[in-house]
Amino acid sequence: MATESTTDFSLDSAAALAADEGGAIEGKSPWLLAWRRLRRNYVALGFLALFVVIVVMCLLAGPYAHHVAGTGPNDNHLGETFTRGGKQVEVVSKGGFTGGTFKAGGIPVGPQLWHAGGKYVFGADTQGRDVAVRLLYGGLNSLKVGIGSALICTLFALVLALIAGYYGGWVDWVIARFFDLIWAFPVLLLAIALGTALSINGFHHFGISIQSGSLWIPTLVISYVLIPYIGRPLRGQILSLREKEFIEAATAQGAGGVRVMFSELLPNIASSVLVFFALIIANNILTEAGLSFLGAGVQPPNPSWGTLIADGQSRIQTAPWLAIIPGIAIVLTVLALNIFGDGLRDALDPRAKVRIEH
Amino acid sequence: MLAFLVRRLVGAFLVLVAVSFITYLIFVKIPGGDPAPRIAGRLATDQNIADIRQKLHLNDPFYSQYWAMMQSLFTGSLKSYSSQLNVVQEIKRGIPATLSLTIGAGIIWLGFGILVGVISAVTAGRLSDRVITVLALIGISMPVFWLGLISRYLFAEGHPLSFLPDGEYVGLTVNPWQWFVHLLMPWTVLAVLFIGFYGRVLRSNVLDTINEDYVRTAKAKGLPPRRVLVKHVLRNSLIPIVTLFGLDFAAVIGGSAILTETVFNLRGVGQYAADSVQSLDLPPIMGVTIYATFFIVLFSVVVDLLYAWLDPRIRPT
Repeated sequence: MATESTTDFSLDSAAALAADEGGAIEGKSPWLLAWRRLRRNYVALGFLALFVVIVVMCLLAGPYAHHVAGTGPNDNHLGETFTRGGKQVEVVSKGGFTGGTFKAGGIPVGPQLWHAGGKYVFGADTQGRDVAVRLLYGGLNSLKVGIGSALICTLFALVLALIAGYYGGWVDWVIARFFDLIWAFPVLLLAIALGTALSINGFHHFGISIQSGSLWIPTLVISYVLIPYIGRPLRGQILSLREKEFIEAATAQGAGGVRVMFSELLPNIASSVLVFFALIIANNILTEAGLSFLGAGVQPPNPSWGTLIADGQSRIQTAPWLAIIPGIAIVLTVLALNIFGDGLRDALDPRAKVRIEH
Repeated sequence: MLAFLVRRLVGAFLVLVAVSFITYLIFVKIPGGDPAPRIAGRLATDQNIADIRQKLHLNDPFYSQYWAMMQSLFTGSLKSYSSQLNVVQEIKRGIPATLSLTIGAGIIWLGFGILVGVISAVTAGRLSDRVITVLALIGISMPVFWLGLISRYLFAEGHPLSFLPDGEYVGLTVNPWQWFVHLLMPWTVLAVLFIGFYGRVLRSNVLDTINEDYVRTAKAKGLPPRRVLVKHVLRNSLIPIVTLFGLDFAAVIGGSAILTETVFNLRGVGQYAADSVQSLDLPPIMGVTIYATFFIVLFSVVVDLLYAWLDPRIRPT
């Protein structure tokens, strides 16, 4: 119960009072505060949910292909028909004279939505492949490349920036020049150059062997070309942090390089790294799409959202859905990540200025 | 200033050497195996292959291979594997289209970016700001080549809402009006991403500047709001935008325009490189990469010098 005499204040009674009014004062970590700010940002959370839905849908590509569409991502259905409302419909029109009027052939069937029992929900392409199935498998590849390259790129940039910022001197010089060198190349052109050179024979040096059609090629190429765009700002932050007193204090206590880097410096830049990570996934999905569109990214027959748009490009007049639908998928995914990334930045570090080049 | 100039130029030179060496590694070492049969094509005899090996110094150590590559780039004798056309001449042919595209788009994105950013900042929190923020976010989330395809599908000749010609580049000297009309759509499409981006950056810069003491002083001494905005707020918020513009402009000329050029079939430098991807024709890609990178490195030296000249505080000693 409450203290009997309110005039008789002592430390004990104050504590009792506090306990009475709703427990001890809890310590609030910066992460908890950030989470509370984020939790109130319904727009950001809504778009995070959208991104999660897109990821889950792409992960279900296999079951969807088997149980709903009944076809694989690379199965041709040229010259076949399917049933729609009791009628047979050609997957890809044969053309010729029907009822006295000439119709051009080779035009795939348009989006059926649910009228054909789950088949050709988004229509077919010129080879008679199910666009919806390819969209999901393509999304899976785009997400793999986008998220994978964001992980690799952020990790490498982070470790290099920590080493450069902590050791300084010639180590810093070498790493900073390495960043400058990649920075000097135009991003897309360097990615095209690497993607093309690697798609000839794959990569077989230093005991690493990657086949030429592998998804690892676009993933690694994109991670490599974007390293300085994360590494440089992180290095700048670390350079200013290492002059702070708490680093001096840690060193005075006998902390070695690894401990200072990972338990003193890292927590202080973790919020920037997280924000970078969310935004760079968005950026990498766009880069992958551009590379694949030009033929230097994900290689056929593997679909990706970029290659799907490239395939649809020449058919934009007769079969516009081929290019439009994967583009909408990209816009939704990238928009969701950008909005969530913004919300994350506002929550974690309202003053941070994070920029990613496009 | 002279010392700064010299040091900056020496630095740039070293970067160029390193860049060209990396390019050599990418194009000669990474593909692995012997490039000679690939260059010679399908119908080559052993003698052809041996000749190519001789000509490209493939039997020599790497430094003379590298030297031979640089020589062929700078004497302009680099030839495409598949078409045997001279790479340097093809690049020169693409330069007017690429420059027309990037300069026009640059003017549009800078102008509209500033307009959008200022409107958004001045009306911060109100409906117009929200609408602009949403549109800007959608703008930066769209793949530029997809936007190009869709606008061609909707607005180009022979399409539903046709009012512009469909792709292709017409020389400025050939027909200035056709040049303008043909480029209008590519300019807009390329500019959309940057308008969204610059608008957002400028909005936050302006909002930061509005809270500065000198702005409060200007308001307090009774200056009209418009004058405060233009002379005090905007002048200072635009400095980072100018730097950004210099870098982005160089990056777009040096390769980010590839996708726009390809979608609209403008036959620019970037498209020349992109077209060579399908046939795995390395010399055009190598030539464009090296020239573009050289251009960007030199351009950044010029921007640095200009910046040091404009703002003595940041002039390094």
